[in-house]
Amino acid sequence: MPLYHTDDQAMLAETAQQFMGEEGAIAKQLRKWRDQGCKDGFGHDLWKQMAEMGFTGLLVPETDGGLGMGHVEAGIVLEEIGRNLTPSPFLTSSVMAATALASASDEARGRWLPGLVSGESVFAVAIDEGAKHRPERIATRAERSGNGFKLSGKKDFVVHGASADMIVVAARTSGADNDEGGVTLFAVPKDAAGLGHNSVRLVDSSMASHLTLDGVELDGDAVIGEVDGGREVLGRVLDAGRVGAAAEGVGVARGAMDRTVEYLKQRKQFGRLIGEFQALQHRAAHLYSEVEIARAVVIKAQQLLDAGAENASLMASVAKAKVGKAAGLAVKEGVQMHGGIGMTDEYDIGLYMKRDRALAEFMGDVYYHADRVARLSGY
Amino acid sequence: MADLDAFRAETRAWLEANCPPEMRQPVRDDDDVYWGGRNATFKNDAQRAWFEACRDKGYTVPAWPKEYGGAGLTPPEAKVLREEMARIGARPPLSSFGIWMLGPALLHFGTEQQKLHFLNQIARGEIRWCQGYSEPGSGSDLVSLQTFGEDKGDHWIVNGQKIWTSYADKADWIFCLVRTDKANKYQGITFMLFDMESTGVATKPILLISGNSPFCETFFDDVKVPKSYGDGIPAYVGEINRGWDVAKYLLGHEREMISGADSSERGAGIGATLTRQAGGELDPVLRAELAMFDVDALAFSAMGEKFLDEVKVGKAHPAYSNMMKYAGTELNKRRHELVMSAGGSTALEWDSEETRGGAAPRAWLRTKANSIEGGTSEVMLNVVAKRILELPGA
Ligand SMILES: Cc1cc2nc3c(=O)[nH]c(=O)nc-3n(C[C@H](O)[C@H](O)[C@H](O)COP(=O)(O)OP(=O)(O)OC[C@H]3O[C@@H](n4cnc5c(N)ncnc54)[C@H](O)[C@@H]3O)c2cc1C
Ligand SMILES: Cc1cc2nc3c(=O)[nH]c(=O)nc-3n(C[C@H](O)[C@H](O)[C@H](O)COP(=O)(O)OP(=O)(O)OC[C@H]3O[C@@H](n4cnc5c(N)ncnc54)[C@H](O)[C@@H]3O)c2cc1C
Repeated sequence: MPLYHTDDQAMLAETAQQFMGEEGAIAKQLRKWRDQGCKDGFGHDLWKQMAEMGFTGLLVPETDGGLGMGHVEAGIVLEEIGRNLTPSPFLTSSVMAATALASASDEARGRWLPGLVSGESVFAVAIDEGAKHRPERIATRAERSGNGFKLSGKKDFVVHGASADMIVVAARTSGADNDEGGVTLFAVPKDAAGLGHNSVRLVDSSMASHLTLDGVELDGDAVIGEVDGGREVLGRVLDAGRVGAAAEGVGVARGAMDRTVEYLKQRKQFGRLIGEFQALQHRAAHLYSEVEIARAVVIKAQQLLDAGAENASLMASVAKAKVGKAAGLAVKEGVQMHGGIGMTDEYDIGLYMKRDRALAEFMGDVYYHADRVARLSGY
Repeated sequence: MADLDAFRAETRAWLEANCPPEMRQPVRDDDDVYWGGRNATFKNDAQRAWFEACRDKGYTVPAWPKEYGGAGLTPPEAKVLREEMARIGARPPLSSFGIWMLGPALLHFGTEQQKLHFLNQIARGEIRWCQGYSEPGSGSDLVSLQTFGEDKGDHWIVNGQKIWTSYADKADWIFCLVRTDKANKYQGITFMLFDMESTGVATKPILLISGNSPFCETFFDDVKVPKSYGDGIPAYVGEINRGWDVAKYLLGHEREMISGADSSERGAGIGATLTRQAGGELDPVLRAELAMFDVDALAFSAMGEKFLDEVKVGKAHPAYSNMMKYAGTELNKRRHELVMSAGGSTALEWDSEETRGGAAPRAWLRTKANSIEGGTSEVMLNVVAKRILELPGA
């Protein structure tokens, strides 16, 4: 596979770019919902429009009513989401939950996927238990009860948790908190008794829940995949989320960089355009290199995931870590090179910095993934 | 796709049969590299066998057309060959400025007769070339060069001095930038090819901080350079006085080569190897730096792959090679800093047997030139800022 988009993918990219640039633009979505204090943090109308475009069901198999495409295509949409800071449940619903549901029973797929494809439903994924990503440790318990299960525990950083019609929850059906085995994934409907939300607004104006599971009763058919054998599916969900977040992060980085470079070409100080100063040129050129490299490894990871390759998981971590570094640099340099104006709410560059911070934590930060790269490499 | 699978299987079998086990070890020092040329000798039989097998198959320059000594592989086939060679850790059969730099320039600018004449010799490793670009007063500002060729009808008389000419003392021929019109800065340079044994050519080695001296000062004292080597074989590439275009084109390839985009070694992680060498335990802060480095190195290897894929189909921005050169060489310097840190006192040994003559510290010092040779990092950043980001000014 060459590391660039095929003609079909390039066409999708053009479509996504135009759509997000118009419908998903910062003023039309992010600022609007933020200024209204919207409880979801995103617009359902846009979500339905994304369904009409075919985006919501990109990763859903054709037999389930979707487009049956891959992570490269999902990443194309995510990059444009990132570039426009478009708030939407695409990553949690269409990428992560859809990846989980691919392993679900016919009944479960029939129950949840049509709503996703039509843009009626929103899904969330509940993995983290604590302020930092550490999916190796899962303490939330699921005990057998009747012909179903009873879930108890708490989950944090559940993005769009309170807006979701269904939440994919990773819980423990056996073993100790740090065990590899004994993990099971459940599809928890929003009206399940005992499910509690403490929903909070994050720095980037998105909404995330602290979830409490207080003896949440579920039928046996809520299980996704095998009881006690959920690690493998969870691994796929995590890798999809990591590579997806990395793709969105590349969009954030490019959006911030493009704005900054434009600013350097307009702003005059000392009788010159500040873009003429070599000190700034070199930093901008360095930033460009880092963002391009991050973009390359994201495409690499997407292709490996789609091919089911052995080293896909390693590259997913490389991608998440590299994007974390590059996008972090892009937003920091962006604000600095904008000077005082970059600190104002009126200018968008600060919004990029906020979104980057939230994305950096989502599905593991630079440090988590660099450490994972080391462990997967055997040191 | 099916064709490519068949080609992969065929390539795998060919490599299995032709690449000796000794040629599947990482290159450790200069001795392991075969440069070809009139006075070349092989280090051992394995090196000779591997070179000759590749030469006969066209695999010293796999993507060149067959009539010029290549194998005529398509870009996807060339990529498969590269991947399969990397998979078994095969050494390059022939290292050559002719392949990396002059060859691409000739393919692009040469006449048909000129290509048949020179490219075949390059592919077969018969001529070892050196590059005469830099002068004492013209480094980053290369176009200010002063070496002058006086037009004498059917030949030039060349006078001047070059510096940093890598392997000038070992090279058979030189590709050389010579001013042939003093009034025209950019359109007054001719790209000449001539024999280093010509009367009036002298070289003097320069000792480097690595203790090696692969480069020379090169002096031209009334060197007679003919304008032609036969029918349709001019002694210059492109047109007279238009050598700057050739020089720039060639620099693009040189940068690609120095960036290591094509090298599996430079793109690979080092954390695991260095940890093993250190007996399984490194200071946690160093381990963290190694992990961060591995992230960057693995990401850069994806960038290298993407860059080559895009170059092959003409999708890459012409100044992309500047970005690759910048990123790749800065990364390689960081790699060797970490090798030195993880190696501790062993890495300080300059000439012990166990350290293969201080290979690690010598390599570490050598890498400091990566961000200087072929254009400095600062100059690369200037080009990226102007040509890609289109920032204003000078
Ligand atoms: C929170 C805050 C509080 C402030 N409070 C006050 C206050 O109380 N009173 C007051 O008078 N001002 C105040 N300021 C303004 C502050 O002093 C200016 O923002 C600052 O001097 C930078 O000027 P600028 O914003 O116009 O940026 P610019 O001068 O436009 O700079 C933009 C970018 O270009 C770079 N740049 C500019 N010139 C060069 C050069 N020659 N070489 C290399 N790079 C260059 C800058 O470093 C910056 O990265 C405040 C600013 C902030 C953010
Ligand atoms: C290992 C090695 C092998 C080489 N092989 C060859 C060879 O085979 N043939 C050959 O012809 N040459 C060769 N060179 C020469 C090489 O191309 C030059 O060294 C290089 O172009 C830099 O020129 P310089 O050394 O004159 O440095 P200078 O141009 O004097 O630069 C000095 C410093 O100033 C900085 N600088 C210069 N201009 C600017 C600017 N506009 N903006 C910001 N910073 C600037 C540079 O980045 C550098 O840090 C080799 C060099 C090395 C180190």
